Amino acid sequence: MPLLDVKNLTMHYTTKMGDVHAVDDVSFAIEPGEAIGLVGESGCGKTSIALTLLRLLPDNAKFLGGSVLFEGVDIVRIPEEEMRKIRWRGISMIFQAAMNSLNPVYRVGDQIIEAIQTHFPIDYQAARRRVAELFDLVGLAPELMDRYPHEYSGGMKQRAVIAMALACAPKLVIADEPTTALDVIVQDRILRRIDEVRKELNMAMLYISHDIAVIAEVSQRIGVMYAGNLVEFADTVTIFKNPAHPYTIALMSAFPSIKGEKRKLQGLPGEPPDLLRPPSGCRFHPRCPYATAVCTESPPEYREIQPQHYVACWHPHLGRS
Amino acid sequence: MAEILKLVEVRKLYPVKRRVFSLRVRDFVHAVDGVSFSVDKGEIFGLVGESGCGKTTTGKLIVKLVDPTSGQIFLNGQNVVLIRRGKPLQDFRRAVQMIFQDPYESLNPRFTIFDTVAEPLMIHGVRSLSEREALVAEILAQVGLTPPETFMFRYPHELSGGQRQRVAIARAMVIRPKFVVADEPTSMLDVSIRAGIMDLLLNLRAELGISYLYITHDLAVARYMCDRLAVMYLGKIVELGPTEEVIQNPLHPYTQALLAAVPVPDPTYKREPPNIKGDVAAPINPPPECRFLPRCPKAQEICAHSPHPPLEDAGGGHFVACYLAGTWKNTA
Repeated sequence: MPLLDVKNLTMHYTTKMGDVHAVDDVSFAIEPGEAIGLVGESGCGKTSIALTLLRLLPDNAKFLGGSVLFEGVDIVRIPEEEMRKIRWRGISMIFQAAMNSLNPVYRVGDQIIEAIQTHFPIDYQAARRRVAELFDLVGLAPELMDRYPHEYSGGMKQRAVIAMALACAPKLVIADEPTTALDVIVQDRILRRIDEVRKELNMAMLYISHDIAVIAEVSQRIGVMYAGNLVEFADTVTIFKNPAHPYTIALMSAFPSIKGEKRKLQGLPGEPPDLLRPPSGCRFHPRCPYATAVCTESPPEYREIQPQHYVACWHPHLGRS
Repeated sequence: MAEILKLVEVRKLYPVKRRVFSLRVRDFVHAVDGVSFSVDKGEIFGLVGESGCGKTTTGKLIVKLVDPTSGQIFLNGQNVVLIRRGKPLQDFRRAVQMIFQDPYESLNPRFTIFDTVAEPLMIHGVRSLSEREALVAEILAQVGLTPPETFMFRYPHELSGGQRQRVAIARAMVIRPKFVVADEPTSMLDVSIRAGIMDLLLNLRAELGISYLYITHDLAVARYMCDRLAVMYLGKIVELGPTEEVIQNPLHPYTQALLAAVPVPDPTYKREPPNIKGDVAAPINPPPECRFLPRCPKAQEICAHSPHPPLEDAGGGHFVACYLAGTWKNTA
């Protein structure tokens, strides 16, 4: 049984101008201990999926269908008290802009102790020992737990936030752009550390990022999102070496690299669509070089074109490499 | 090729006030510390490094948003540090423009696109409205906002991030500058949009013969854009050379670490961790030795007992500031 099984998830935001189709009919699964990456551009719905999994959506979010099974329990339908037990202990999250997710007037260690004591009936000293272990795990000196956030550098704060996400030994950690604001050398250290911890604790990870190079390095399988839809899902090598969806192919040829031959980049024509009024049929058709009449009329089915390779496209590219 | 811009030993120190008991101590942040380089006509010169290395301050010095503490900056042979006011300053402002990182911050939300792009023309004395309209329409078409009439009277909030950055580029280019400082012009944009903006800047260089200083933290972007590259660390240039040469054959241990840390969008490539110690220090009253010494994995006796190494030619226009460069095989 997968650890997390997302089926046909649909979630819209209600606004004065109408409904924003943020997440439409998204299905994927995460196995225990597995590292999954979700890539896509701003506004494609990847953060909305993360917030749905934790049920931290704003009030104007409307859940319209589908299910999210975490260890077999549909977490979108359980009462809030049940959900509270799953947050942190079952699923936790490393937020984007970690710099701002620490409270500036509390010592960093105490903030993590509070999270631990909320979920486990242990005394302060035992919780302190646990924080010291966690600091050690993420590569922070345990003495730092008595300091305040302003005494930390950006990379140290990010490590503290990761320690907090791991505090209650969750089975799944969602990392939303965990290193986007950091310099490459710090980013490298943090991503390596998270991956080591994942293997040590057999924790599943869901990485969310716009940076396909980061996702390539940390994920075993990758989902590509476009305009609220999951358009392709496969193991990392297939996504990079044998992508089938025209958007995935385009994304690959728009990304510069410092390795290999210097090559001409290919930008995509046009702009991502307005999700208040998504395009008819396949949402990518206005920018797709392979679009035909059928693409403008009906949305393509998300189907398994090869074992464990899912694509939502009328004209998937097969056998390229 | 002819040189358009030249920096000679440029320094910018920012005072930081601090009190030690009742004594007032004045410390200095060495944001840019003895930087020299030159840019040829039509060249794209890249400045890369981590946050706080002084690359943006260098850009601001070149466009005269800040004045240097010491050193000289020459544009077409004229020392721009000495320019103070009047016609010379106006001519300078016309010749040098800047493109900023965030197109959501850099455009006035109450100005239409026409107002924004025409403003530099007003300042530089294009009085006739029809002439301004013609010039704005021409540059909007050139930056890919076509047809121009449909964009001229819209406001920034009606445009996407990529379109806004095109407006910011049009505003910089409309008065036909000779030199443009582009400070992370694509780092706020989505991947699918980014390639288009980079190609636009490359095309404008080809069409208008503009020279750029291209500031970025992203080495893959720098590789795509720049003819030559300088790597900065704590206010100093540690390595400078033709882009492919610096990327393929880095000589400074910092450049080697920086390149080794860049994620590679290829899952079959196994990247080793970068060879570097500790974290970046703040460049407040730095010691005289090599700035990179505390983090250097290869440092030897000589490094601890000598001043910061000078930038020396390692052959083929590839310069490096390291006493030990060339004594090891590149392991990055």
